[in-house]
Amino acid sequence: MISIDKVSKWYGDFQVLTDCTTQVQKGEVVVVCGPSGSGKSTLIKCINALEPFQKGDIAVDGVSLANPKTDLPKLRARVGMVFQHFELFPHLSIIDNLTIAPVKVLGRDKTEAVAKGHQLLERVGLKDHASKHPGQLSGGQQQRVAIARALAMDPIVMLFDEPTSALDPEMVNEVLDVMVQLAQEGMTMMCVTHEMGFARKVASRVIFMDQGKIIEDCAKESFFGDTTARSERAQQFLAKILQH
Amino acid sequence: MDYNWDWGVFFRETTFEPGEIYLDWFIYGLGWTIAIALVGWAIALLLGSLLGVLRTVPNRWLSGIATVYVEIFRNVPLLVQLFIWYFLIPDLLPEPLQQWYKLDLSPAASAYLSVVICLGLFTAARVCELVRTGIQALPKGQSSTALALGFRLPQIYRQVLLPQAFRIIIPPLTSEFLNIFKNSSVASLIGLMELLAQTRQTAEFTANLFEAFILTTLIYFSLNMSLMLLMRYVEKKVAVPGLIAMGGK
Repeated sequence: MISIDKVSKWYGDFQVLTDCTTQVQKGEVVVVCGPSGSGKSTLIKCINALEPFQKGDIAVDGVSLANPKTDLPKLRARVGMVFQHFELFPHLSIIDNLTIAPVKVLGRDKTEAVAKGHQLLERVGLKDHASKHPGQLSGGQQQRVAIARALAMDPIVMLFDEPTSALDPEMVNEVLDVMVQLAQEGMTMMCVTHEMGFARKVASRVIFMDQGKIIEDCAKESFFGDTTARSERAQQFLAKILQH
Repeated sequence: MDYNWDWGVFFRETTFEPGEIYLDWFIYGLGWTIAIALVGWAIALLLGSLLGVLRTVPNRWLSGIATVYVEIFRNVPLLVQLFIWYFLIPDLLPEPLQQWYKLDLSPAASAYLSVVICLGLFTAARVCELVRTGIQALPKGQSSTALALGFRLPQIYRQVLLPQAFRIIIPPLTSEFLNIFKNSSVASLIGLMELLAQTRQTAEFTANLFEAFILTTLIYFSLNMSLMLLMRYVEKKVAVPGLIAMGGK
């Protein structure tokens, strides 16, 4: 579904990504973790071309991003993305947040889009909030709306960029529950997150990054089970985040 | 001070036309003032929004053009610009257009055309800066999200950035809207009989200088006060629930 091939990226002289190579198969849930500044958010933003890269290639469902002829907006419309800071459109009601892209980008019928929007809101447990505005919801509720908004486009894959990092601790679980449910339904997902509980529960693979490189890329079982076989850097990282 | 106050002057018949009182001059002048300001504002709002968008697009040439425009139009005094539009530009027009402007149009119409273009383009530079500020005040994540949903650049502006930016800039936009009504008084210097010109004419014909200028001050003040209240109503009307910065509540 996603194939990342020797991707490198620089900000000026500073190299943020170095020869990153990995694949995500259909139905897989891949968790990307690593210390801050390791390039994990940058890598995930390269997948839907929100960040340009200078070397290598990424193919999503066989469509190459490095090819200048690729219609990027068309590709992005098929890839769902959820951001750290929710980024709902504050001037639109919740239901309009869910229907604007299907109607304006995919050209779907408005009433159809609204019906689907209500369905999705019900799925994320927010069906009573359709006519509210984002500013009237809590962070956890906003992030669940953001997930529903991405799902409204019927994406072939969902990208999550630290979806729970900006949330109060109490609200983390309501968002993770939605993500777990999504994973169990077979959605292809790539998640940048430090929620190791989530990784243990639903991840197929875990990628560990440091200093712009993919250091570990292995099945969940071996990542958490056989820690002695992991690189020193990954062991340090895990020791720090798993001790609590 | 030896001055003969006479508030009844506005209801005295003018020396020009039987049945016409001086108050009629003020009403007639107010009509011109409103006609100049509203059409000028329409030009300013349309052109200013377009330029404001151009200043923020990821293209150096387009944003450069908009920047040059802004610097030219806001760094030259309004009165100088008006004289350029009225005395200079017509002479540079191609022959048929020159004929039309100088001969076919009535003196009032050609002055009106000049002042409306002048005020519209001058104010557009200021509106441009407001629109640019409004757009740049939005979190960068808003356009990233819109991109991620598959929107193309024009749609991002139309659906996501501008509706938010305009809400943010309503208060300073109100100031510009009021400014164009006040600035319309420059038209009196090229012979257009708007409110200020009528006031001076009344003062000259009646010698009731104080009454004339006090009335005009009150007219400008109440006009702008009503416009301000109208804009405040608009601001409340489009306020987004749950957002502190919008609507003041």
